[in-house]
Amino acid sequence: MEPFRRLEAVALPLARANVDTDQIVPARFLKKPRAVGFGQFLFHDLRADAAFALDQAAYRGARIVVAGRNFACGSSREHAVWALQDYGFRAAIAPSFGDIFHSNALKNGFLPVVLPEAAVAAMQEALLAAPGMTIAIDLEQQCVVAAGKSCRFEIAPFPRHCLLEGLDELGYTLSQTAHIEAFEERFG
Amino acid sequence: MTTLLDKIWAQHRVLERDDGQTLLYVDRHYLQEGSAAAFEMLRQRGLAPRVPARALAVADHYVPTDSRDLAAVADPERREMAQALGRNAAGGGIRMFALDDPRQGIVHVIGPEQGATQPGLLIVCGDSHTSTHGALGALAFGIGATEMAHVLATQTLWQRKPNSMRVAVEGTLGAGVSAKDVILAIIARIGAAGAVGHAIEYAGNAIERLSMEGRLTVCNMSVEAGARAGLVAPDDTTFEYLAGRPFAPQGAGWDEALARWRALGSDAGAKFDREVTLDAREIVPMVTWGTSPEDALAITGHVPDPAGAADAARRDAMARSLAYMGLAPGTPITAIAVDRVFIGSCTNSRIEDLRAAAAVAKGRKVARGVEAWVVPGSGLVKAQAEAEGLDRVFLESGFQWRHAGCSMCIGVNGDLVEPGKRCASTSNRNFAGRQGPGARTHLMSPAMAAAAAVTGRLTDVRHLMAGA
Ligand code: SF4
Repeated sequence: MEPFRRLEAVALPLARANVDTDQIVPARFLKKPRAVGFGQFLFHDLRADAAFALDQAAYRGARIVVAGRNFACGSSREHAVWALQDYGFRAAIAPSFGDIFHSNALKNGFLPVVLPEAAVAAMQEALLAAPGMTIAIDLEQQCVVAAGKSCRFEIAPFPRHCLLEGLDELGYTLSQTAHIEAFEERFG
Repeated sequence: MTTLLDKIWAQHRVLERDDGQTLLYVDRHYLQEGSAAAFEMLRQRGLAPRVPARALAVADHYVPTDSRDLAAVADPERREMAQALGRNAAGGGIRMFALDDPRQGIVHVIGPEQGATQPGLLIVCGDSHTSTHGALGALAFGIGATEMAHVLATQTLWQRKPNSMRVAVEGTLGAGVSAKDVILAIIARIGAAGAVGHAIEYAGNAIERLSMEGRLTVCNMSVEAGARAGLVAPDDTTFEYLAGRPFAPQGAGWDEALARWRALGSDAGAKFDREVTLDAREIVPMVTWGTSPEDALAITGHVPDPAGAADAARRDAMARSLAYMGLAPGTPITAIAVDRVFIGSCTNSRIEDLRAAAAVAKGRKVARGVEAWVVPGSGLVKAQAEAEGLDRVFLESGFQWRHAGCSMCIGVNGDLVEPGKRCASTSNRNFAGRQGPGARTHLMSPAMAAAAAVTGRLTDVRHLMAGA
């Protein structure tokens, strides 16, 4: 996994609530093998609307999505994370995330940043006023800087450590196998 | 004083991490075609499933519903999805119900049907509607591919304990009002993100009086309110449902299990982080008008007007939904004509659902120009329905009677609603494009979907019921 420390990049405003995983990557593409790269399917059906921001020149190279409440709600498809990542995104900022997406994201080195609704709305406004504006996310400092304003965000220490170091969880759990065996002894 | 969630959590705790996450032992891991990436991750690390006997596999998403012949599936990618599961299960020593096995069906239908889903178990599956299994008093939730690989390799999973939310439905449901209407009313009330970060325990006498199948419908849609898990305390309804099922404990083991299960319910006075109460008498048959399950309202209502929205963001969202759905504000819901009807999915494809739909269809014809399907949730549901003559009722009314699978709930097997067509559906998601690009979905109960089929428009089923 690629470590995540500090990212300053163009941010894409997605000022709508409940953008579900079917919008992020429609189900009909899930039969494709992982190797094809899911970036090509990112927001596939939304992009049919020429007004959708992703394909506008100002957002070329965007690596951060600033989304509305309940971003990536819906299905458990990890493809939603892969599509964002394969396209080039490394982080999303929203007032809340679908629970399963949130944990899938962390396990892939993709940072979900939860900030208060008002702070996210202000960021979206700034981004819409100045398309192509960049946002900086510092995971070590746990802060986001947008339009000169800095916001602190919370993240649990373990996933933060994994993101900073590019570690995955499975290796850690496998090192704890003795505890699993003991549990199986007791309750097996 | 602890909750049902607290008790199951404590019984599965292997280890705590300093960030407050708990390593939980997984009792059952259900697998469908979506597990392909997880098996690939295992292979890349040279790992094998740790406890294959705790897994059960079934292909449901990509299987055809017009035949049981995988070889006849024209699209090689779809065929491969179902076949890969067979190979991965066989390679991992995991039991699978193949397509020609009458026990094959939608994973969330067959787990309870086989008695593999039991009170107090911790159950995961790479599918968000795993919340369904909580209806039997299990802690069950959907996981992603990396998590599936983790469970296969270690039989455990790291989780942060969710907050607890109690949703009580008190009072008596009216005639023609079903479990689907209850959960749509709950989601309309708390919103699609209303329970994010929470596990919902459904309670109250209206929930207690629901059948096991009704409770499965309610818990199924917990995730549409943002909750990863939904639970109902196990009681006599649960135990009667489980007794004698193939995977359920037998003999002395049953008595022991029963004693354990009876102690699982939340203690009186246990504290929940949030509590919400609904009055069952106020719930009427519900339908959705938009592209989020929270866009649900009474069949007696009108398409809402974005102009009345609380804020600009909501106004834009409503306007986008209405444009996608091809609806004008103020239109009576019962004036909305449908092209397709889908009775099926893990929400509503069990025998009671089919009985409720057949009771409305009986002696009536599917309206001209409407194509209506019934897709049973499992081969066993199909056989039971046929033994009761429900297939005849549907066929004589002009419905298609198909084989078990997810089918038009998600359409990945090719069972699609055409662009711009409108579908009355008993499934759980009305997301844009869910039933096919441009497809317009209205969620409702099986009886309401049957009513839409025979009238050709969204209809208050209470007007079609005996004595009405
Ligand atoms: S029926 Fe629909 S919601 Fe249920 S598991 Fe299948 S695709 Fe998912």
